[in-house]
Order: sequence, then C-alpha cells, then structure tokens
Amino acid sequence: MASAPTYTPIATYTVSSATPTISFTSIPSTYTDLVLIIGSALSATSSKGGLFTLNSDTGTNYSRTELYGTGSSAGSSRGTNISSSATYIGAITGFDTTNPANAILHFMNYSNTATYKTVLGRFTLATQESDATVYLWRSTSAINRIDLNLQSSVNWTAGTFTLYGIVAA
Amino acid sequence: MILPGILASGISGHLGGNYTSIATVTLSSTQSSVTFSSIPQTYTHLQIRALTVTNVPSGSAVMYFNGDTTSANYHNHYLYGSGTSAAANNGGNNSYAPEFVGGAAATSPGASIIDILDYTNTNKNKVSRELGGYDANGSGFINISSVLWMNTAAISSITFNITSWLSGTSFALYGVK
Repeated sequence: MASAPTYTPIATYTVSSATPTISFTSIPSTYTDLVLIIGSALSATSSKGGLFTLNSDTGTNYSRTELYGTGSSAGSSRGTNISSSATYIGAITGFDTTNPANAILHFMNYSNTATYKTVLGRFTLATQESDATVYLWRSTSAINRIDLNLQSSVNWTAGTFTLYGIVAA
Repeated sequence: MILPGILASGISGHLGGNYTSIATVTLSSTQSSVTFSSIPQTYTHLQIRALTVTNVPSGSAVMYFNGDTTSANYHNHYLYGSGTSAAANNGGNNSYAPEFVGGAAATSPGASIIDILDYTNTNKNKVSRELGGYDANGSGFINISSVLWMNTAAISSITFNITSWLSGTSFALYGVK
C-alpha cells in the first residue's frame, strides 16, 4: 500500500472586489478527483444562482438531481438538458456578507475518457437551505477547465475559491 | 473573453501528509465484490471515493466491516431525493450496511464518498456517512446516509458487494490523519 501525500491545492482565489467570473484553466490531468471548495458572498438582497461550465461547453449537455431542506420542508428537483450556458448550482452563492454560503464540489475521476462525468455537490446557505446535488456532464472529455459564473448579472464580492487535486495510489 | 473575472491556472504546493492514498481498485472486468484488506491502523479517519458503473440502474451495494455479516450489527438512516420528491428512511438490525455505490452505465456513472470516522477507536461502535448519487439526464438519485456498525473492533477491512460492477469502476481508499 502506498503512503504518499495526495491532497494538493491547484489554485486559490480570494475575492475582495466585484467579480463576476472565476476560471480555473489548464487543469492538470494528473489527479484522480478534483475538489472545489467555495465560501462566498454577493452584494445582493437574495441568493442568486451560481453556474459552472466545464471545458467551455455551453451546450445543453448538463443535468442534475437535487435534494434540499429549507428548515421547514425537504424536496428534490431535477434539471435535464439544461439549456442555459451552464449548470445551476444551488446555494453556492449566499447573498451578502451577513448570509454567505459554503459549497464543496467533487469532480469524480475527472480525467477519465471512458465515462461521462459525475459531480457531487454539497451546499449550505444556513439562513435559507442545505442542499446535496449530483450533476452529469454528458462528455467523455477530461475536464481541463472550470468556469464559475452568476445569474442575474451580479458579482461575488467576498469569498475564497480553492481547487484541490486528489491522487489515488 | 473572461475579464473582468479571475483567471486561474497556477499550481501551488502540497498540503502535507494529512490525507494519504492507501489503495485503489480499478476494475478491468466485471466484478461483484471489492475488498480493502489489511487497512493500516495509523490514521484517524478513512475516506472512500468511488466512481461506479453497473448493469443495474441505480443499483445499491452492501458494505461490510471486517467481514462481519452478523445479523443485527448494522443500522442506517438515509435522506434521498429522486428528482421529484425527497424522503427519509432507516433500516435496523441488518447483517450488512446498504450503500449507494451504483450508477446505471458509463453514460451516467454513480459517485460515492464515504467517510468512516474514528475507525481504530476500540472504545465505541463505528459510524460512517455517505454522499452518493447518479444523474442520467431525466432520472437520478441523490443520497445522504449514515451507518452504525455495532462493534467496537478497529476496522481492518471493508468489503463492498453488488450484483456486478463493470469495467471502469474504481474505488479509492484514503487515510486522514
């Protein structure tokens, strides 16, 4: 059995001014999984949808199954053949610095070219909802780029976005 | 054109040895069982990360610790979403721990992350938790679950069984200091 350190930060971004887009490009294919950890806030009065795009693919090639709890009820929703330029991310964004959100996205076996890509996400906007979502990107391409955007022409104003790579033995 | 967003492509240093790859199983043929054995007792927690392809849509697997199939030794609770509704359930007094480590096909592989906490502590029973699911563009399943193993033994082996996993399925075991 191997015993090498294997959880590596690839890139980290700290947002301190209005930022509409965060892009991780030229992602090495040398890891097994990618983990994107986000703590973020906007300058808005309500939460906004966060979006991710993989390899700049803006086609209708994304889908998702979501589980959420609001504090008073639980529910599940689905998005298929999502036609926007990216996949909706539940409570990724928060809406102000008093109500920030946390998100962890796991891009599983992201560099394999035999399967479509499955992404697991856990999201927390404590004043609104907790959420778990599984995403499918219908492509066998290795993921080499992740773009994060926001709906409604708003910006991130605070937060940290860190992409890690995990290497399996 | 990305500006005025942030463009990132840099690589920075390693986190150190607090998260370590212990073993990986990648299937090159159809298999019905995957076992991690002789697990080192030198970590605090374990994490299993799996990407799975089966010929049973949304197929669930069973998990055993230390080969224990004793009736009534496993209990679980889970919360899941089908895409149209959410539900919760539990199972008790089982001889196995049900886990979602399925997925329909290479076009909708399942993904699971299982944390097994404090696995060497012999003063208490063991608890694990899972985030797992798959999406098939019109169907799918997302699951949050917990498992109690009614045994104080340190965990030295973990076995997953299912009808069949197909080539390309992978399980990776990590140790967390």
